[in-house]
Amino acid sequence: MTRPFPIAATRRQFLLVAGSAGLAPLLAPKPAAATADSMAAAIREVVGEASVRPGKVKLELPPLIENGNAVPLTVTVDSPMTDSDHVKAVHLFNEKNPQPNVASFHLGSRAGRAKISTRIRLADSQKVIAIAQMSDGSFWSDSVDVVVTLAACLEDSPP
Amino acid sequence: MTRALVNIPKQAKRGETIEIKTLLSHPMETGYRRDTMGRAVPRDIINRFVCSYNGVEVFRADLFPAIAANPFITFYTVATESGELKLSWTGDDGETRTETATITVA
Repeated sequence: MTRPFPIAATRRQFLLVAGSAGLAPLLAPKPAAATADSMAAAIREVVGEASVRPGKVKLELPPLIENGNAVPLTVTVDSPMTDSDHVKAVHLFNEKNPQPNVASFHLGSRAGRAKISTRIRLADSQKVIAIAQMSDGSFWSDSVDVVVTLAACLEDSPP
Repeated sequence: MTRALVNIPKQAKRGETIEIKTLLSHPMETGYRRDTMGRAVPRDIINRFVCSYNGVEVFRADLFPAIAANPFITFYTVATESGELKLSWTGDDGETRTETATITVA
């Protein structure tokens, strides 16, 4: 077990270092964790060179989550869902789980309503992003910052 | 065999948008956890869910380990004609679990 910071010579120095480090060692993501960068890369892979605009999408999940193992989530996209104007896909991404992808839903004009609910895992307090791909090729997004008190899947062992 | 719960209206008016609720009993093992002996628990998740309406795919989902255990998915589709809705979940092991439901469209 190595200390996250070198042992300081004096108590004052120690407190300074400890204070500036804060809770960082406790909250620091695991080596495998996705970062804002890997999330951006995952989004790039789906979106390509197109620009993603905020709007049209509504991502609903509770702002304060007690248990990250099952977080209810609903995505609604404002679209008439006709043959000429509909949502082709909805992609979900997160910042700090081990993988940036959460799910991709593919729908079409036959969906009637672009609304999807599911339950996801969140390993830490973080940002969750929903991106909708429309039939005209445009991308729209919404993001929510959530606070997770009990993280999913990292510490617990299977029953 | 895993259990699936599906909630689809038995009857609908033509052109009506119906809600489909699905729940599959599955651990969705992420592959990031360790057991009490410190061994990595191998990944075992449902990675694909497809809903087809009389043979035409109307909804598909690619799932990742971030989907909670017992994957629950709710979505909508337009009731176009009487027939069969087929829901299938495919796991990492390649096994597919299929549920069918019939709908009468008036």
